[in-house]
Amino acid sequence: MRILLIEDDATTAAYVERALSECGYLIEHVGDGRDGLFRATDGGYSLVILDRMLPGLDGLSVVQALRAAGIPTPVLILSALGQVDDRVKGLRAGGDDYLTKPFAFAELLARVEALLRRKSAPPQEVTRLTLGDLEMDLLRREVRRGGRLIDLKPREFRLLEFLLRHAGQVVTRTMLLEGVWDYHFDPQTNVIDVHISRLRQKIDKGFEPPLLHTVRGAGYIMRV
Amino acid sequence: MSKAVSEPTPARAQPVRNRFFATSTFRLALLYTLLFGVSVLALLALFYWSADRALERQTSEAIEAEIQALNERYRIAGITGLTAAITERASRPRVSDMLYILATSDGVPLAGNMTAWPKDVRRQDAWLLFPIERHWQTGEVERSEARARSFELPQGLRLMVGRDNRERLTLRALMIEASAWSLLAVVVLGIGGGLVLSRRVLGRIDAVARVAEEIRSGAVTARVSLAGSGDEFDRLAETLNRMLDEIERLVGSIRSVTVNIAHDLKSPLTRLRGRLEMALRSIDSEGHGELVQQAIEEADGLIATFNALLSIAEAQSGGSAAEMSDLDLAQLVEDAGDLYEPLAEERSLRLEAKAEHGAVVRANREMLFQALANLIDNALKYAPSGGVVRIWAGLGPDGAELSVADHGPGIPEAERARVIEPFVRLDQSRGTPGSGLGLSLVAAIARLHGAELRLEDNQPGLRARLVFGRERAASARQAAGSH
Repeated sequence: MRILLIEDDATTAAYVERALSECGYLIEHVGDGRDGLFRATDGGYSLVILDRMLPGLDGLSVVQALRAAGIPTPVLILSALGQVDDRVKGLRAGGDDYLTKPFAFAELLARVEALLRRKSAPPQEVTRLTLGDLEMDLLRREVRRGGRLIDLKPREFRLLEFLLRHAGQVVTRTMLLEGVWDYHFDPQTNVIDVHISRLRQKIDKGFEPPLLHTVRGAGYIMRV
Repeated sequence: MSKAVSEPTPARAQPVRNRFFATSTFRLALLYTLLFGVSVLALLALFYWSADRALERQTSEAIEAEIQALNERYRIAGITGLTAAITERASRPRVSDMLYILATSDGVPLAGNMTAWPKDVRRQDAWLLFPIERHWQTGEVERSEARARSFELPQGLRLMVGRDNRERLTLRALMIEASAWSLLAVVVLGIGGGLVLSRRVLGRIDAVARVAEEIRSGAVTARVSLAGSGDEFDRLAETLNRMLDEIERLVGSIRSVTVNIAHDLKSPLTRLRGRLEMALRSIDSEGHGELVQQAIEEADGLIATFNALLSIAEAQSGGSAAEMSDLDLAQLVEDAGDLYEPLAEERSLRLEAKAEHGAVVRANREMLFQALANLIDNALKYAPSGGVVRIWAGLGPDGAELSVADHGPGIPEAERARVIEPFVRLDQSRGTPGSGLGLSLVAAIARLHGAELRLEDNQPGLRARLVFGRERAASARQAAGSH
């Protein structure tokens, strides 16, 4: 999968390029907003990673131009500003996700994979999500494992739904906060971990194999 | 090298004289002198004109009276009587300035005190004006101007009665001289006064400039001294001193924040370095991954601290004001209760979230949630095991408010103002994790929303209230209602 990286800071660019290459992605890098827009309009990329502050043409204008041209390539915006408003502006301009520098590579990778997955499997009306012997019935709001009904609170249900929709991908704590609670903020404590461990108690305890795994330094992943 | 170039030339080095004449006080004094001089001149001119007119009238009246008397004489005694009267009058001592001449038509004088019928006569209305010379017995010759009237008499005789104008001319000269002296006095006094005044004002301004210079060179405690008169210079000095106090306080707090940042970041950086060093040494051994993991966690902690600092700065700059919308505080409290309830339970605490709908404020949702989360984090951190933490939102006595209350150790009243400053951590909390930025961020977010962070005694424990005030809540409700 080809990813276009539009980033003027050489250090960040080299870091992202090297790390994503190691994960098997094909990265093309440009350091200028105008060139970036040109390449993004032209070539069939699976994803564009875009810095907010760019020479030539700033990041937001690039996204707006892309969307105006009807190009649906997912765009992940990187920003050094680290402010709530910039996030809102970035998403409003047509970005698909937003990441603040400095970021952990795990966070970037998780978001890149989520965006790529979304692109390859566009959200369709599913009524059932399954993983191994875990089944989620979205219409009846029921979860069963190995045929046994598991009692989940509404929030736990939404948390599990989010994890199952991203099964096989690493999901970070920030992604969970944004995706399940719809808040973007920095918790000082391990609020998310506690929710996860409660969920784990309900879906993994007494079953084999465990489905909900912790990925150290990154987040969580659901897989068989 | 570059220092020498960038160093500004001190104001002191300018020659004092140039500066002196360039002062606004001096220019003001000059302008004042000019205006005063012009008015003095106008006054003198008016005085001169009216005095001159009075003298002229007096002269005219004297001449008319003489003519009247002579005419009387002529009617009674004819030419002979007139001649006698003129002769009698002309022989009077010369104190009187009256002039008489009775002459034939070709100008031969018959009687009077003039040697000849005057030449170079100018006419002004009914009056004749001509220059005369007077020869005194002392040999002096006095030139002046005369004013007269002439009459044709029978037998080709002519009579002229007039008066020497020298009094008037003397007065004129006197007045002009007096005016010149007065003007000179005005100019000297004005400029002199201006100089003295500007020197005084300059002296006091120089005192302020000297203090500024002292402060620039590092004596931050220097202050402008007051004259004690309470005048505008004293008021200026007081204002400047207050400003300097405030600046000193701010510089002090910046310095302490800087020291605190350095101090608080030094330990995690030292630990980070230590772990990386150990990881380097144990690169092929069992615990390598664990050490690297710990190093990453330290780095994450550092990043979190900087993020909090940036968030505080953002809230303080008011940049997020544009992204505000009408928000029901109840929703916020319910979400926070939902998010934090498991964490509270894990710590054997009960989290009670209660909310009355209708407390609507204009707010930045993410930032306000961050503030609420920080307050809840704190409460969960300090509440004793088995206790209750209560979150509440609704309309309180002072309008819409959001509160978080616990039964922990609370904050002593004397410390409540201090704990919202960055990096301030009370001794009792030294052992617990935290950056010391949580409450600072809450306070900054509160200010951004025009709300007030009140830390109160929960008897026991701490109740932190974010009070938005009636006006804000009402206007937000109105705005919400109109949509």
